[in-house]
Amino acid sequence: MKILVPVKRVVDYNIKPRVKADGSGVETAGVKMSMNPFDEIAVEEAVRLREKGAASEVVVVSVGVQQAQDTLRTAMAMGADRAILVLSDESPEPLAVAKVLKKLVEKEEPSLVILGKQAIDDDMNATGQMLAGFLGWGQGTFASKVELVDGRARVSREVDGGTEEVSLALPAIITADLRLNEPRYASLPNIMKAKKKPLETVQAADLGVDMTPRLTVVSVAEPAERKAGIKLDSVAELVEKLRNEAKVI
Amino acid sequence: MTALVLLDHEGGQIRKAALSAVAAATKLGDVHVLVTGDASVAQAAASIAGVGKVLHAADARYAHDLAEPLAALVASLAGGYDHIVAAAGAFGKNVLPRAAALLDVQPIPDVISIESADTFVRPIYAGNALATVRSSDAKKLLTIRSAAFDAAAAEGGSATIETLSAVDSPEVSRFEGVQLSTSDRPELESARVVVSGGRGMQSEEKFHTLDPLADVLGAALGASRAAVDSGFVPNECQVGQTGKIVAPDLYMAFGISGAIQHLAGMKDSRVIVAVNKDPDAPIFQVADYGIVGDLFEVVPQLVDALKK
Repeated sequence: MKILVPVKRVVDYNIKPRVKADGSGVETAGVKMSMNPFDEIAVEEAVRLREKGAASEVVVVSVGVQQAQDTLRTAMAMGADRAILVLSDESPEPLAVAKVLKKLVEKEEPSLVILGKQAIDDDMNATGQMLAGFLGWGQGTFASKVELVDGRARVSREVDGGTEEVSLALPAIITADLRLNEPRYASLPNIMKAKKKPLETVQAADLGVDMTPRLTVVSVAEPAERKAGIKLDSVAELVEKLRNEAKVI
Repeated sequence: MTALVLLDHEGGQIRKAALSAVAAATKLGDVHVLVTGDASVAQAAASIAGVGKVLHAADARYAHDLAEPLAALVASLAGGYDHIVAAAGAFGKNVLPRAAALLDVQPIPDVISIESADTFVRPIYAGNALATVRSSDAKKLLTIRSAAFDAAAAEGGSATIETLSAVDSPEVSRFEGVQLSTSDRPELESARVVVSGGRGMQSEEKFHTLDPLADVLGAALGASRAAVDSGFVPNECQVGQTGKIVAPDLYMAFGISGAIQHLAGMKDSRVIVAVNKDPDAPIFQVADYGIVGDLFEVVPQLVDALKK
């Protein structure tokens, strides 16, 4: 079976984002970009399933600007077999991305699509669920464990009070939570090999998907700064402050 | 205008986060709520202040809140509503975007402020920026960050209850089971005080150093991702961008450095206390009160001082 893994190029998770002075967004020019950490976990899971013999091919796809091909090369260096880049504006909305992915799913006919649970830039946590909705497939979101048994996917999901298990008919959608696995580092030889793996480029417009955003960003602002606090020398002082100054205990 | 709130509950109890979603929805107009599961939960929902009508999805297929049947049901009800709202917990985040796809709507997650019927504020980049967005969709589907809205009163309402018949949906998923962690402590997201530990707690055993402190404060226990990944505590304790978002009156961070992903989950707390050996730990930049020192000395002293 084939596994499709959508990956997103985002501002590196170690970078503290800066809001642009004109309030139009967050500065991304000249900022280090990387693969969304949850997508690394999704790629890792797909590659592991192939290594176990449960899958025959792993195809990675990214929707975005030309530079997203670097992200796709990284995914191929981790073990993905080939890549598709769907060229569009920077950071289209989950609704548009899910529609693009639906078109690719119809063409590639994967048995499983594994996505990250959310992208760390827009923090939407929606694309996987929306794709599942468009396709009418089952969804195993926030997955911490995936097993393929008897033609179904058994998924442990991280929910508010603990862990829930669901079983999904294939084909299905899974979104990866942090604890699903520990993604591997790409070795230098694999990075070199990944340069030779096939990368196909298509225009979003050619897929017949309307990419017009539904949300207009009115403004982007810095959150209110917290007032600088004080360092105390003793526990007694702390308890006194909490009781009499902050009045929280 | 009328808003429909998807009310999540566990063990027969309506979650406090769902009551916050009701409170947020009252800013948008009349409020109806959709409840799955036992009739007793529908009865409880009818008592929530501000709720005009309870839609009770009694069919067994909705019993475990599987996204596939529930999203189909929500989409079928959408005709009567301008806004569809859920708390931004695991339940709302699972169901609402799927329903949005069925309605061809871009959902708006983690709303912290309602500016008008079509304009909302939500954090992006792990809370490092606040985006104000205006939706051009005919219907608005939102999840609400519960820490940003006071909960609606659980009593005082007297809504009518209407039982819904089931809606067709593909049977592509099956509920297999759930393991809930049992705790006598308050729920993390609604606790007034949260005592949290990080990598500096060193081990699962030593993490229990925090237990007496949590007991004396009546606090919930939280943790950083480092503490969860090291296996000190179960993952539902995780506070941060990818875990729970909390805003208690008092947040006490022990052995937590203060990575941006952690701060995203707690920096709206009213008072933050940090205890860390490293005077340069970023947590001190957001802490109202800090102590530079060994938490294994500080915590027992704190317990003693608080008992006085």
